[in-house]
Amino acid sequence: MWKRDESVKPAAPPAPTPAAAPSAAAGAAPMANEPRAQLGRDMVNIGKSVVIKGELSGSEDLTIEGHVEGRIDLKGNVLTIGPNGKIKAEVFAKAVVVLGEVTGNVTASEKVDIRDNGSVDGDIASPRVAIAEGAHFRGSVDMQRAGGGAKPQQNQQNQNQQKPNQPQQGQPQPQTQPQQQGQKVGA
Amino acid sequence: MAESTRSLTDLFGILGSRKVETARAAEPSATKVAEASYATKALHKFLTCLQANENPLLLDLGPVVGSNVTFFGEHLGCRFRVEDLAHDIDRHVKAGTLDQLPDFFAKRFSQEPATVDGILCWDVMDFLDRPAAQSLATAMSTLLKPDGCLLGFFSTADTHDSVYTKYVVVDESTLKYRNYPATRPRQRNLLNGDIIKLFKDLRVTDSFLMKSKMREMLFRKPNRR
Repeated sequence: MWKRDESVKPAAPPAPTPAAAPSAAAGAAPMANEPRAQLGRDMVNIGKSVVIKGELSGSEDLTIEGHVEGRIDLKGNVLTIGPNGKIKAEVFAKAVVVLGEVTGNVTASEKVDIRDNGSVDGDIASPRVAIAEGAHFRGSVDMQRAGGGAKPQQNQQNQNQQKPNQPQQGQPQPQTQPQQQGQKVGA
Repeated sequence: MAESTRSLTDLFGILGSRKVETARAAEPSATKVAEASYATKALHKFLTCLQANENPLLLDLGPVVGSNVTFFGEHLGCRFRVEDLAHDIDRHVKAGTLDQLPDFFAKRFSQEPATVDGILCWDVMDFLDRPAAQSLATAMSTLLKPDGCLLGFFSTADTHDSVYTKYVVVDESTLKYRNYPATRPRQRNLLNGDIIKLFKDLRVTDSFLMKSKMREMLFRKPNRR
């Protein structure tokens, strides 16, 4: 339904829009680290003056700084909602990074990442979810892995090693030691 | 007379300045305890209780803590619902409608009865008056599935600071207590008997009195089959 050349370019051409592109890049830190690499990949920005109502689908990574209402379907790609982005939609993507506002359910096959000052009002379904300190979230999270229930993890240390670069400030600190012990007083 | 008034003024001035000094002296210690790690014994048992269930539904009555969502999601593969009751309490305090909290809690939750596997109640009961606490406890008991469990913390310290605590899970045996401002202080400490009466439909399976001056209690809904 959504195509870059028809719907995005006339309202806010991605390349010559200095207001939209830098703000998106500033917010989406991992993406901003490789701007040159992004140019080589299929990736599109929707500028902050763009308003879309309806169904948005495609096969490229997408950054939204504008307003979208309806449904967003990027099942094989990364969707970034920039700091100025406001979404009222059902969202389906491979990975979703939220720096702006989302109202609606978010389904991702890999990861949902709500950054500091990002906001989600709705239910999230994804095998991995990261919510930064300072982010707003209201709803439920379903982290059930595809193909059945998850096996409980036995080793917390392994878990910490698997995601050392997560942006959560509340991340457990390996050096932290319990200060006090308790005693059982009855059942 | 004028002289005595002046001396009284001086006296109050002295007392006033002392009060300010006390407040200033308290600030560093408050900052110091704003985030500290403590041992927990009930959390491990809570997790064990839920591990038998496939894709359990977990209700968190505290504020959203991103690392907790990750922790419980990865340990249990669960559906995790955040219902920030501290936010609700603040809203009612600001609106002056605390007396409506019991009715509010009775209708607050959209889940069907007996559909929730586990509830992280944390210490929210400490901030409620008796009628509101009873209403919330009844709602929680209704929501829990048979054999479902509820983790509750109850302060035993005689403190009335207006701070909520975010309980950040570090691992199965350690919690980080992170304070943030509240609009009302903790209410009267609940005694063991009071707590058991509140959750009369549940069975206390474990109770730990921690050196953090917190009583950790694990409740389980009896399976009446």
